[in-house]
Amino acid sequence: MSILVNKETRVICQGITGSNGRFHSEQCLKYGTKLVGGVTPGKGGTEVLGVPVFDTVAEAVAETGANASMIFVPAPFAADAILEAADAGIEVVVCITEGIPTLDMVKVKRALAGTNTRLVGPNCPGVITPEECKIGIMPGHIHKKGPVGVISRSGTLTYEAVDQLTKLGIGQSTCIGIGGDPIIGTTFIDALSLFKDDPDTQGIVMIGEIGGTAEEEAAEYIKENIKVPVVSFIAGQTAPKGKRMGHAGAIIAGGKGTAAEKMAALEACGVHVVKSPADIGKTMADLLP
Amino acid sequence: MNIHEYQAKEILKRYGVAVPRGIVATTPDEAEAAARELGTPVVVVKAQIHAGGRGKAGGVKVVKGPAEAREAAAAMLGSKLVTHQTGPAGKEVLKVYVEEGCDIAQELYLGIVVDRATGFVTIMASTEGGMEIEEVAAKTPEKILKQPVDPAVGLMGFHTRKLAYGLGLEGDAAKNAQKFIAGLYRAFVDTDASLAEINPLVVTGDGQVLALDAKMNFDNNALYRHKDIEALRDETEEDPRELEASKFGLSYISLDGSIGCMVNGAGLAMATMDIIKHYGAEPANFLDVGGGASAEQVTRAFQLILSDPKVEAVLVNIFGGIMRCDTIAEGILTAAKTVDLRVPLVVRLQGTNVDLGRKMLAESGLPIITAETMSEAAEKVVEAARNQ
Repeated sequence: MSILVNKETRVICQGITGSNGRFHSEQCLKYGTKLVGGVTPGKGGTEVLGVPVFDTVAEAVAETGANASMIFVPAPFAADAILEAADAGIEVVVCITEGIPTLDMVKVKRALAGTNTRLVGPNCPGVITPEECKIGIMPGHIHKKGPVGVISRSGTLTYEAVDQLTKLGIGQSTCIGIGGDPIIGTTFIDALSLFKDDPDTQGIVMIGEIGGTAEEEAAEYIKENIKVPVVSFIAGQTAPKGKRMGHAGAIIAGGKGTAAEKMAALEACGVHVVKSPADIGKTMADLLP
Repeated sequence: MNIHEYQAKEILKRYGVAVPRGIVATTPDEAEAAARELGTPVVVVKAQIHAGGRGKAGGVKVVKGPAEAREAAAAMLGSKLVTHQTGPAGKEVLKVYVEEGCDIAQELYLGIVVDRATGFVTIMASTEGGMEIEEVAAKTPEKILKQPVDPAVGLMGFHTRKLAYGLGLEGDAAKNAQKFIAGLYRAFVDTDASLAEINPLVVTGDGQVLALDAKMNFDNNALYRHKDIEALRDETEEDPRELEASKFGLSYISLDGSIGCMVNGAGLAMATMDIIKHYGAEPANFLDVGGGASAEQVTRAFQLILSDPKVEAVLVNIFGGIMRCDTIAEGILTAAKTVDLRVPLVVRLQGTNVDLGRKMLAESGLPIITAETMSEAAEKVVEAARNQ
């Protein structure tokens, strides 16, 4: 089994005619994702990569039965795109776009509360259920079907962890990039609770980074709810205070949000914390049944 | 993005937030004239740098009259102010703000941030004005009032009432504080701020509520819709290499170590710094070339790393997802031709087109040390730096 997406998921791409949207839609199709259409306002009625393009998400849903969306719309218009997908009843919205203003996301998060839409991201690599469905920009070929769930605030660091697992012969149930922004749709706890209910997920890799307190909150949740082994790495052990480390959310503000605090909180809750990013895969290998 | 105190106060004034009268000066003459124009018996001369802790470092002087204002400005202008936030090198004072003195009855704290845990804009207030809020939060968290604001309705009257009365204010002071908080909230939301901090917020003897200090930071992602705020950016306050990097769309931060790093992706870049430390050395920088960097950006990144004299070895760690390894290889080869590769270079490529990328490097004839895994790469680069 898996979480969020599988081989039945019907995906559209919002921003499919842009260069990134088109390139990654093509990669997703090659991977085997059921990409059934795209949306670009003003380009309705045309076709890209052999799939139909619509002017609105509502139209795309009506015509194709899509239930997931992958967003590549530029940052100034991304909040609008997310809410359009929710309005059309899309269940899983994966927003890849980086650079969305924080206050736009504050409104989006509030507007999504109480709807049936789950947002993943923004500023994330996406979601992949190996050998079934890839929604996002991750290199598909490094993944392999299997028992480990992966949750991460990072992109390339997630690929690194997945690559380590795959090379040790350990596959993944689903990998979720939750995104590097301060306000995100799906949190660590949201993702953990989904994995908790997936009987095929027998271990979880959780990759955090400096900034905020999401890892500390997740630690408490893991202690109370997660029965399978959890391996965690926190990026930014050597990051200076007060500097934004690339991701909008990766900043130690007022001395809070350090890697040391997060690692201690996770360890105290029974999580297997690794100090070196090179040890993620082998630590999980030792813990799996 | 940060701005100076005087710029923050100009913005706040537009939103009806009460601030003392003040004038910016760049010379002692201007400071003297400013004090004369303000005409109050006491004026305050404040160094304008992007760092807190100015008071303790001698960057805020309360003086009597224009002559003393001149003297204080002369001492500050051109000097390096070292506070606990500037680092040991300090920051050069290029401007001072001359402000009217006021009759302080009480010092409070007021701040607005986006609370990541709740996803709401949150107003914080405390009676412990003048202290750092982090210190108050650590020692006496019960003294901080927190008021989240639901974006569905925005700021309501009860929010400001709760805060003003919660601070123990009464009469005119309570009314003025409510108006102040409402103005500050509007300024925060309208300008896409990431932080608005008034510390101290003062209550005067006659019940006025004023921003004695003001700090505003802005969301870089929203600057595209605030050209007026973007224009307030003071490049003299920024690290020259970080500034240069931002011009080429690279995310770069100077650090104190000796291993230069070039990585794609912020998380992997931080992890690379961490693994260097794990093997006993320190990173010289954080550098994220981004998900879709061009060969030219890679060249620029390389030049930037090598322009740092502390760098004793360079580690390139690329996990090609969107970015192809041959693009990185091309960038490295171009850079190697244009800059003097004075230190050992360790390259670890993984992901899309990795074989082609590795082949290009191997056939270049350059003395590049290659590695397959992150740990191998870190070990090799630390070793190479030691042998320098």
